[in-house]
Amino acid sequence: MDKLGVVITALAAYALLISPFATFRANRIVPGDPVGLLNAVATPVNGLVLALLIAIALLALVKTSVIARLVASVVAIVALCLAIGLAAQHLTPEGNSYARVAPASGFWLLLFAFALMATDALTRLQPPPGVRILALLVTALGIAALLKSGSWDGLSILKEYSTRAASFWREVGTHVTLALGSLAAATVIGLPLGLLCHRIRPLRAAVLNSLNIIQTIPSIALFGLLIAPLGWIATHVPGASAVGIAGIGAAPAFVALFLYSLLPVVANTVTGLAGVPQAAVDAARGVGMTLWQRLTKIELPLAFPVILTGIRIVLVQNIGLATIAALIGGGGLGVFVFQGVGQTAMDLVLLGAVPTVAMAFAAAVLLDAIIDKVRMQA
Amino acid sequence: MIEIDTLCKSYDGVEVVRDVTLTIQPRTITVIVGTSGSGKTTLLRMINRLVEPTSGTIKLDGEDNRSLPGYELRRRIGYAIQGHGLFPHRTVGQNIATVPSLLGWSKARITARVNELLTLFQLDPAAFAPRFPHELSGGQQQRVGVARALAAEPNVLLMDEPFGALDPIIRAKAQDDLKAIQKHFGTTILLVTHDMEEAIRLADMIAVMDKGCVVQFAPPSEILTKPATDFVATLIGTSDRPFRLMSLAKVGDAVEPGSANGLAIAASMNQRDALAELLWSGRQALPVTAADGRVLGRITLEGLTARAGHSSGHPA
Repeated sequence: MDKLGVVITALAAYALLISPFATFRANRIVPGDPVGLLNAVATPVNGLVLALLIAIALLALVKTSVIARLVASVVAIVALCLAIGLAAQHLTPEGNSYARVAPASGFWLLLFAFALMATDALTRLQPPPGVRILALLVTALGIAALLKSGSWDGLSILKEYSTRAASFWREVGTHVTLALGSLAAATVIGLPLGLLCHRIRPLRAAVLNSLNIIQTIPSIALFGLLIAPLGWIATHVPGASAVGIAGIGAAPAFVALFLYSLLPVVANTVTGLAGVPQAAVDAARGVGMTLWQRLTKIELPLAFPVILTGIRIVLVQNIGLATIAALIGGGGLGVFVFQGVGQTAMDLVLLGAVPTVAMAFAAAVLLDAIIDKVRMQA
Repeated sequence: MIEIDTLCKSYDGVEVVRDVTLTIQPRTITVIVGTSGSGKTTLLRMINRLVEPTSGTIKLDGEDNRSLPGYELRRRIGYAIQGHGLFPHRTVGQNIATVPSLLGWSKARITARVNELLTLFQLDPAAFAPRFPHELSGGQQQRVGVARALAAEPNVLLMDEPFGALDPIIRAKAQDDLKAIQKHFGTTILLVTHDMEEAIRLADMIAVMDKGCVVQFAPPSEILTKPATDFVATLIGTSDRPFRLMSLAKVGDAVEPGSANGLAIAASMNQRDALAELLWSGRQALPVTAADGRVLGRITLEGLTARAGHSSGHPA
């Protein structure tokens, strides 16, 4: 008996027997009616899907080969994804553009259970970094193919998307620019700052403590605090408002994300450099390397994996945090989240939240793989 | 030749090296011995200017060591430290090639030099050059550390406790190898250690340091027979003194005419080894053979004991 398998099977059993698979609503803001898997999908496909999911959930219970578990869980996830698309088509009355079909708790629980099974199998296989990136790519392509094929078009989240396609991609662009731009700025400033902190010991405590304090300021408070100084700059510095600096909007969001990013970058640079073996640094000096050569050939390459870990933290953190930017008119996927909350339209909230989570997840997998690759070489 | 003249170094008014004047002859091994805090490492690091002296001068082959920028000076002087200090992210080949690369040697010349040094240190170039330091044993890492220090054919090699991290058996082998390498290249070696045994084994000249001063600068036999201060005497360890002295002399120098039975000893071994063998096998005499196996005579327990005392006119 597989210990994790017990959890997976229990989750799947609860989801299949008790939880609704999908929710049907007459329009996008009324409360929905729960629909079970058997009623959500047309016969005989419903029976096939149910049998398949039960079989795989039972397979999770027994000890089998890791490859078999991986394949089975991937099959289950694909089946779930197809079934929810079919449910949307089946449940939506012909020609009704107001009705909304969304995944319900049963679907999410099943997805979670089989994703757990897949992750567990992947972890046990310990795939090399290249394979992990390949797996991420295949997953992304699979989701893209599903979206492209139109099998999910009946789902509420995609109906929200279809009415906002243009603004969706614009906000994705803003979101990515905010997250990556602030990361780039934090790296450009944070790396030399970390280096200075490493070289000049008294500076270290002062800088790290200041950055720690910034990290504890709630994001909304930070936005508020930034309105006055940025507003002042916009009105008093010539050309500042022309490049987009203002008390509210993207500028304070960018500055706030940048400030939050500094601590992980600086702290990891300091930790990384401190971890370089003292004997190697002494030898580098002893063989006649200049200050610059020591830095570029010995210290930075040896500290690089740790610095990269800081960048990974920042990237994942920023993709999530950038959602808040919408609160002060900074744009990004948070726009849909806040609109959705305002209209009590959960589908719209999901349109903002799901891509954010997906991007953060992809960034984490990608950077973890790169870090492992770099560590292997170091 | 290294001429150190009235060299001083103080940190915040505390003198770590006081008024040191030494002349180190070319193509010799000089060992600086002292307890920790005696200033021996500081003295060594002032030669390649990892530490700048407070006052005094150092001349290398007549040239003041401040006539070049520090990093250029250090590229001309070999430097090996305890725990080898190999760069963990670079292969053995790249580590050894460090200084030649800094000096801008051609690729072919660097490869040839790396292979030459690896072969000399009994490491197969094809097998070891592409490996990373963590894939090597402690003894191999130490050899690579010395090979890196010698890569750019320096006239002078500075070594700071280079064998400190090795176990006794590997250490003895590393010391023998160092002597052989020194003969091969004719390098002037200046080595710092706290281990008097190591100093006696390696040195042509020993400088004993105490509280920042060189208290005695003399050949090993003189250090053993005429310690200049109580401190030097303590370092030697009086109970071990006769044996250490014997370890400096060869069996060949104590051969007497006559014959003996049993296993022979080579003339190139030291007298301490001969004494140990005599005591262990319970014999009064051992046959002595030359390198070609020819019997030269014998060495006796009586003869050795007579030589053991410091008043016996031991060759200095």
